[in-house]
Amino acid sequence: MDVAATGAPMRLVAGLGIVLAGIAVLPPVLPSYVVILMTEGLIYAIAAASLDLLLGFTGLPSLGHSAFFAVGAYTTAILVTYHQASFAVALVASIALAAAVSGGLAILVLRATGIYFMMITLAVALCAWGLAYRWVSLTGGDTGIVGVPRPRVPGIGLAAGTLPFYYAVLALFAICLALYLLLIWSPFGKTLVGIRDSESRMRVLGYNVYLHKYLALVIAGAFAGVAGSLYAYYNGFVGPNTVDLAHSMQFVLMVIVGGPGTLVGPLIGAFVITFLEKMVSVFTERWVMVLAAAYVVTALWAPRGMLGLLRATR
Amino acid sequence: MEFWVNQAFNGVSYAALLFLLGGGLTLIFGVMKVVNIAHGSFYLVGGYLGVALVAATGNFYVALLASALVVALGGAVLERVFLRAVEGDDLRQMLLTMGIALFVQDACLLVWGGDPFNLRGPAYFSQSVKVAGFTFPILRLFMIGSAGVLFAVLWWFQERTRAGAMVRAAVDNAEMTEALGINVPILRMAVFALGALLAGFAGVVGSAFMGIYPGLDFEILPYAFVVVIVGGMGSLGGALAAALVLGLLDNFGKALFPEISYFTLFAPMGIVLAFRPTGLFGRA
Repeated sequence: MDVAATGAPMRLVAGLGIVLAGIAVLPPVLPSYVVILMTEGLIYAIAAASLDLLLGFTGLPSLGHSAFFAVGAYTTAILVTYHQASFAVALVASIALAAAVSGGLAILVLRATGIYFMMITLAVALCAWGLAYRWVSLTGGDTGIVGVPRPRVPGIGLAAGTLPFYYAVLALFAICLALYLLLIWSPFGKTLVGIRDSESRMRVLGYNVYLHKYLALVIAGAFAGVAGSLYAYYNGFVGPNTVDLAHSMQFVLMVIVGGPGTLVGPLIGAFVITFLEKMVSVFTERWVMVLAAAYVVTALWAPRGMLGLLRATR
Repeated sequence: MEFWVNQAFNGVSYAALLFLLGGGLTLIFGVMKVVNIAHGSFYLVGGYLGVALVAATGNFYVALLASALVVALGGAVLERVFLRAVEGDDLRQMLLTMGIALFVQDACLLVWGGDPFNLRGPAYFSQSVKVAGFTFPILRLFMIGSAGVLFAVLWWFQERTRAGAMVRAAVDNAEMTEALGINVPILRMAVFALGALLAGFAGVVGSAFMGIYPGLDFEILPYAFVVVIVGGMGSLGGALAAALVLGLLDNFGKALFPEISYFTLFAPMGIVLAFRPTGLFGRA
């Protein structure tokens, strides 16, 4: 790995470290409402970053990411409420199941490319919603699964309030981010970018393109499982709305608002969209229209995201 | 015997609705290569307009035609103003149609509120005819009839007219079609409007059949997508065949295994995709 060979990654790591330190130090003095929003932002940042691994880095425009997020969320909710599973068990099971489902579906969706890939992954998201809604005996149908308690870890009172849970999420976010950076900078990550830019070239060079795409889907599914699991704990409730079309598209919006194919873009996008949605809903009932405007504006004027705009103006 | 005939009839009438819904999407997809998430919104607007116009005019058929035309006009404007600006970029088109879908959803909520509506068709819609000891509700017969007529008209248009030949040419190779001097942008707008018209029509018929309520737009979207995916993008015949297969499967699925009826709809899609990623009648 040649991370140290170029200056930019080290600067990026330093920058991210400063931001992480900031969001670790500030919360005790922030209003608890903002801390709750930041918790949500961090959870969505994990999901958005994992989607960007596909969308931005591999060139696989998956619209079905909410399906794996939902697998994680439902796994955690079911294990915790019906089987009193511990935090570690629920998290590991969520990751494993989300990765497994992703691996199974990858066989199907990878048969298609380009716009057909989008269409089929969208269908995956819609099917997942249908299952969540109709498979009542497992998912609780429309009622969903309510009363997911905050995780209990021996020695740390995570159930105690917003702050301890925030720190738990932050710690997991930091771990995910570190893994994610290592992944992107590894030869594997570079190969994904190569596949995005020219699949045929990579094939001629002797890379197993299918295997790389397959692994990217499984890894992204696993990360989405982490985010889903945390979301179940955070929200206390998991229902079909966790996996509906609007949710799935929101991950895509987060990635594109921030800047697809950039390391920090999706993280920024996740925070921007989370805060936008929640802040606007305080002021007006018509927050859905504001969200709709965010889609239209992004599509028309900022397809490379905020980081893309920043680069263009420089 | 009666069970099978009734269920098959119900399945075919449901298939008629599925065809109206998916037929428009398959045209849009085939010609424009747009993953149109706003397709369910056309259905929703068509349905709400239908309810309002039936209440205003008292005539179901006037309301049906007017709603479908208004939705078609809306589709044309959308294509001209928004979609043309992001032509050729799949992801931007998808984001844009998603934004439009959300906007329409909230606007409908604002105008018509959160309560469900039932569209009251002509009085004879609630009656049925008896043939050889079996009863057939007239509303369902109307659904089958209108889908059949629309399919025939569209098929004739696509296969036998000059404009239809242009559409087929644009599906196969838009650049070459343009080079031949055919105005592809106008063609795309017309096809988008036609797709919207079918969805609006389906919305009116559908709300006479099962009512209309907020959120229905995203609820019916999967069905439209499954019809397109199984039938093959851009193929009207494929959409009809897929709608028939799915309508029958869904109906028998619901009657025989209610809890997993959703699988009977999506399992065929998975099976078809596993063997033919471009659908039953699709061309890569």
